[in-house]
Amino acid sequence: MIQRTLFREEHELFRATVRKFIDREIRPYHHQWEKDGVVPRELWLKAGEAGLLCCTIPEEYGGLGLDYLFDVVVFEELARSGFTGPGSGFMVHADLVATYIRSFGTEEQKQTWLPRMVKGEAIGALGMTEPHAGSDLKNVRTRAVIDGDSYVINGQKVFISNGQLCDVIVLATKTATDVGASGITLFLVDASLPGFKRGRALPKLGMKAQDTSELFFEDLRVPASAMLGQEGGGFGIMMTKLAQERLAQTIRSAAVAEEVISYTVDYVAQREAFGKTIGDFQNTQFKLAELKTEVVIGRVFTDRCIQLFMDGQLDAVDAAMAKMWLSNLHCKVVDECLQFFGGWGYMWEYPIARAYVDARVVKIAGGAIEVMKHIIGRSLFEGKIAKKPAKSRSSAQNGKQVMPESGT
Amino acid sequence: MALKVLVTAKRVEDPESKIKVRPDGGGIVTDGVNYKMNPFDEIAVEEALRLKEKHGGEVVVASIGGDRSVTEIRAALAMGADRGVLVKHDGPLDPVVVSALLAKVCEAEKPDLVILGKQSIDDDQNQAGQYLAARLGRPQATFASKKESLESEAEAKKEPGLRLGADGKTIQVVREIDGGIETLELRLPAVVTTDLRLNKPRFASLPGIMKAKKKPVQEIAATSLGVDLTPKVVLKKLAEPPARKGGVRVADVEELWKKLHDEAKAL
Repeated sequence: MIQRTLFREEHELFRATVRKFIDREIRPYHHQWEKDGVVPRELWLKAGEAGLLCCTIPEEYGGLGLDYLFDVVVFEELARSGFTGPGSGFMVHADLVATYIRSFGTEEQKQTWLPRMVKGEAIGALGMTEPHAGSDLKNVRTRAVIDGDSYVINGQKVFISNGQLCDVIVLATKTATDVGASGITLFLVDASLPGFKRGRALPKLGMKAQDTSELFFEDLRVPASAMLGQEGGGFGIMMTKLAQERLAQTIRSAAVAEEVISYTVDYVAQREAFGKTIGDFQNTQFKLAELKTEVVIGRVFTDRCIQLFMDGQLDAVDAAMAKMWLSNLHCKVVDECLQFFGGWGYMWEYPIARAYVDARVVKIAGGAIEVMKHIIGRSLFEGKIAKKPAKSRSSAQNGKQVMPESGT
Repeated sequence: MALKVLVTAKRVEDPESKIKVRPDGGGIVTDGVNYKMNPFDEIAVEEALRLKEKHGGEVVVASIGGDRSVTEIRAALAMGADRGVLVKHDGPLDPVVVSALLAKVCEAEKPDLVILGKQSIDDDQNQAGQYLAARLGRPQATFASKKESLESEAEAKKEPGLRLGADGKTIQVVREIDGGIETLELRLPAVVTTDLRLNKPRFASLPGIMKAKKKPVQEIAATSLGVDLTPKVVLKKLAEPPARKGGVRVADVEELWKKLHDEAKAL
């Protein structure tokens, strides 16, 4: 068995804590939270107290200043548990929002928000996607117009995780139109400001305890000091964090896939049919053998990417590959394993049924598969296009591939 | 009225791991098995922490075993214990040896109270605490429980189940026994073993885990304590229990009696 080598004793002690936390504070209630469509604030506060949120935030901002692996432990254990309400909520809050603020915030912004985010007192959301712009983020229409020493924001966002409870939003706006990506500016929006309206939580196929919402901004006035990074620098900021975003989702998919195989094996080993167990059938063993092998490959790749990320060497293409491959594997594993549960696999009370519906979005959110393929494919040809005379260069500008006439 | 409490934290197999008997019957397969602190010891640690929070004092956690046992000591330190003592011994142990080693630790530490899990979930002996009390010549109260339920407000407020007397010289222990509930008062120093319903142990917070790294853990070689380390009980063979057979419906009481008498030989 290939052992994982990333974690030290303190990570494993923390893992035991996270598991206990999940068992005590989440497991008995998640079913209800799926009906409510939201995870209550109390859980965020308890998670903050136990140290589950934003483990890497430095001590000067109220955190513990620990390494990324502590966050990884939280993501893995929540993924394994199948409790996607807190699972996806905490990940957005800690891995995305807190990271943006920590990396690009002013001292004032960091002091205002990070200590409260570590405690779970302030819940973070990422406001990027709009009804007509998801993958093509440079087409967002939410406008931020300067007015004296403030900006007035108008627009809307959709599919925003933690939308019903969020206290702070990293919001993508256009401060300049007609210049594409370089017109995007990020703001740290305090959700208590007038002009911010929460829309409804949107009924989804899966992840039912996650309060994915529409958000509306109607003449919302923010001080200029709420700008995150430079004006027009929003897209650039987002680019720097892509590898990390993709890695977190890769970590989630790898953990879910492992866990699903494990409980599927347990099930088929005791479920009887036709005088044997389902596990006795060659089809079962062969299918699980294939899936298990891929899951182990996925685990080795994921762990390697985690190490590269911690060494500052995970590039966007590797992260795209990881996200793409593990997302596909995640969906394949839940689909194939559900089959082994027969009718029970279709019943909501069985974790495999919830894992199945929860899985589908991973091929879409946080970097759609097609975008990942585009990034990887394009990278193969980087630098392979030799210098061409003017005519051919304009072909390249039209997006057509030009075959090199000589080796590069 | 500060109390010095010694608790144990035994490293045991995690029952969620798949436990398999070795083909040679000499033990279990350890490959792929996860380990954790004995849950009854966890309850002991929790109780000690509550007593410290209420009365002040110190909580010392002891474990006997190989190098890896230090992980369970750290887990207890992460919960809030102050110091650890690892008695290093890689060989087999039984309650006779364990109690002898713990008695030596007690000689050095002189705790007011020793709290152990009533038994460990690997061999379920339920003897070490009792032997220890006998060796120390001190009173014991086993299967300590709590008068209030684990869902009560007292539990939510982290009230200790063990009640220190007003003069700080005695401790009241509520025990679960076959006939019901028994309350004993013991003169300190004393030995108590914990039962399941004494408390709900806290989990170590991440800040607690990081603080624990700086807390001292003393390592003592078992061989240096002048104790005979030969177990009196030797494991000769380990085997899986016979597979469960299906149940049978009987037509009436006569048939039931017949089956119990002739087949199950229970009557």
